[in-house]
Amino acid sequence: MSTDKYQAIVVGGGPAGLAAAYRLAEQGAEVVLIERGDYCGSKNLSGGVLYSRVLDQLIPGYWEDAVIERPITNYLTTLMTKDDYFNLEYKSKSLAATPYNAVTVLRGKFDRWLADKAEEAGVMMVTGIKVEKLLKEGNRIVGVSTGDEEMLADVVILADGINSFLAKEAGLRGNIHLDHLAVGAKALIELPAEVIEERFHLNSQEGAAYAILGQATYGVAGGGFFYTNRDSLSIGVVMRLDDLVKAKVKPADALDDLLEHPMVAPLVKDGKMVEYGAHLTGEGGFKMVPAKLYGEGYLIVGDAAGFTINSGLVIRGMDLAIGSGIAAADAVLEAQKKGDYSDASLSAYSRNLENSFVMKDLKLYAKAPDFMESDRLYKKYASMVNQLFGDIYTHDLTPKERLMKTAVKSMKDNGISMLDLIKDGWKGVKAL
Amino acid sequence: MIRLTMADKLALNKFEVNEGEPHILINQEKCRTCGEKNCLFACPAQLYSEQNGEITVEWAGCLECGTCLAVCTKDALSWKYPQGGFGIIYRQG
Repeated sequence: MSTDKYQAIVVGGGPAGLAAAYRLAEQGAEVVLIERGDYCGSKNLSGGVLYSRVLDQLIPGYWEDAVIERPITNYLTTLMTKDDYFNLEYKSKSLAATPYNAVTVLRGKFDRWLADKAEEAGVMMVTGIKVEKLLKEGNRIVGVSTGDEEMLADVVILADGINSFLAKEAGLRGNIHLDHLAVGAKALIELPAEVIEERFHLNSQEGAAYAILGQATYGVAGGGFFYTNRDSLSIGVVMRLDDLVKAKVKPADALDDLLEHPMVAPLVKDGKMVEYGAHLTGEGGFKMVPAKLYGEGYLIVGDAAGFTINSGLVIRGMDLAIGSGIAAADAVLEAQKKGDYSDASLSAYSRNLENSFVMKDLKLYAKAPDFMESDRLYKKYASMVNQLFGDIYTHDLTPKERLMKTAVKSMKDNGISMLDLIKDGWKGVKAL
Repeated sequence: MIRLTMADKLALNKFEVNEGEPHILINQEKCRTCGEKNCLFACPAQLYSEQNGEITVEWAGCLECGTCLAVCTKDALSWKYPQGGFGIIYRQG
């Protein structure tokens, strides 16, 4: 049995763990990162949009060599029914300027690049090894066990993702509520860059991101997404587990149907599916963040800590992961100076988080999950809006009605009262 | 686009299968008392099926998302990640 002891052990090579390890190594700490996959990113999957300014904070000028796909310059919101769709598009030239507001990434490539950067900074990378459990002395975490080997450290950073069995073991997290989790199923479709640029009206330094509500998930709470990479498209559905089990539908069926939808089919035509994957994602926002994010000798970062924000139009996780990794590393560096890794000393993490955009944004959007509880959002509004615009554009020789009358009819037909509309509008304004 | 079967979709992926070492074990007794059987539809890889009153899982094609574990109402699954280096290997992600 080995008795290696490090200053820090990071469990999990996603953006949160890698950011923490990178920061620590860069500041001279002796840090080892343990990843159960063959390489960092091999177990990771996300929709693919990274709000990337925080990455510039970690690695200034990251875009010079980072493995990123396209900056997102076009945001589309789609309300979709079975046969029709309504799009709202926002495009800005400023979104194409470095350091970029957001970029698409493919995690098998991006995480691997970030891992290479961490290794260059001095992180010792251990891949293909799974941490089986935490080593404890009393209620203090002193290291990890991989089954046949034990590794000790002054501090352990848990970055083992949304299922975080280690956070559960440490007693930080219980079983997560079903309404705080969603399953995402995603297909990656290869198409030449020029074809993507033509179909999505982009130049080579632009990219598009769709947020799709309604039929994409068969009305199950959640949504669809559709992102452009350099020479591929990421398309998927995200379905909240509580609503999914009520509706008893298959995520893969929803994705198959989405690929054949009149909006999507021409955009993916002649594309070749090259990968199919799935992952859980947090939907609870601030509400699912454990009350305590550190303890004697440990901290918890990224998805493992429930750091995701879904405001309906914007879905964030990777930026919060990187932000929390930086906040955790800075707390550890402070603890190192004092030679004190106690609960009280590591509470600097909480302070760092509160002062960073991570907690500020989580708190700002704390009411978003409540707002998105509304069934109307997923099941009725898409059909109401499509009916309304269908009526406006269709001239079938029956006399037209005033717009207000048409609007009221489309609401009534879809079971939405004026009161519902006001309530949801007000809730939305307050939540977002 | 041509509609792929689930088997075709999973065949696009790279899996390092740890033969004879399932990372998902099912407690059939608990399953027999289950009315919902959420695993049968919620698994995004459709790995669960019911044969002769028993729930089976084709664990080799597991995408390691954890959905089945989360939606199982009977606590019937012993679910852990595959051993280091085994399981799904996303090339793109």
